[in-house]
Amino acid sequence: MGSSSFLWNFTKKFVTFGLITVTVSDRYVTVVPVRGGSMSPTLNPKTSSSAGNFSDDYVLVEKICLDKYKFSHGDVVVFSSPLNHKERHIKRIVALPGEWFGSRQNYDVLKVPEGHCWIEGDNAAASMDSKSFGPIPLGLIRGRVTHVVWPPHRMGAIQSPPREGLSSL
Amino acid sequence: MKVMSYMAQWRGIAKEAMDRTAIAVKFLCCLHITDAYFCSPTHIYGPSMLPTFNMVGDIVLAEHVSQRLGKVRHGDLVVVRSPSDPKKSITKRIMGMEGDTVTYFDPMLGDATRVAVVPKGHVWIQGDNIFASRDSRHFGPVPYGLIQGKVFFRVWPLDCIGVPGQ
Repeated sequence: MGSSSFLWNFTKKFVTFGLITVTVSDRYVTVVPVRGGSMSPTLNPKTSSSAGNFSDDYVLVEKICLDKYKFSHGDVVVFSSPLNHKERHIKRIVALPGEWFGSRQNYDVLKVPEGHCWIEGDNAAASMDSKSFGPIPLGLIRGRVTHVVWPPHRMGAIQSPPREGLSSL
Repeated sequence: MKVMSYMAQWRGIAKEAMDRTAIAVKFLCCLHITDAYFCSPTHIYGPSMLPTFNMVGDIVLAEHVSQRLGKVRHGDLVVVRSPSDPKKSITKRIMGMEGDTVTYFDPMLGDATRVAVVPKGHVWIQGDNIFASRDSRHFGPVPYGLIQGKVFFRVWPLDCIGVPGQ
């Protein structure tokens, strides 16, 4: 009898811990690994030597921004891919709804529709982003990346670099 | 000595407060998990889904399991986050899955029927009342990731309880 009540207690604590973790991770803050180099050098920078590339970066994602959906330029966000809802990608917002955005490659200017945003990876050469699939609805965004938490030598807040040559009219 | 007995009393009260808080927290977590992963109520209003849902307002239950498993099909009633305003949810019917060719008719743009192909990862949603509905005919196909749940049961008004019709 002693061991079964111990097991029951342990199960109860485990389930409670699981419930609280899932709720906090869905609504407030969570930690996710970053795969791929499309946000290099901000996340997962590719160094020339192979030492130091042991593991992916882990970042802190906050979900409190999903209450009001107010983002700013330079926010790095996690979103569901418009081509495959099961995949999540991490990119940077470069244009907000209603803004005129001048794209680099083909020199034309387009207006980001209401409720959408234009996202791009920092590593322009190797990034599947709005340049391929166009602006994405803000409803696909699942959180905002605020800090890098692993590896320790690159822990810190994500910087939003100033983009030159981009103006919102 | 009085201090010791006060401290013991406070300890007792604090422990009881912690226990009650733990129960409340567990309850709220269970509510969140049910609401996000299983079933949640939604209030629908507006003319765009007449005659399936009335104008004044219906309360329906939407389940979130089918869209996670990818089992949402043509003809399903779904709750979708609006592509023009992410703070709003809209309820429409799926009229085309990815790869389908959709033929649609928009009374506000004349009598011609138009054709569209739904790209990969997107769905075509339309309101049942094509005369008063802003849907994929206006803002294009929406990504599957915007679908929040599938409507499977109506609970209000009380005389229409049950599965909403086709």
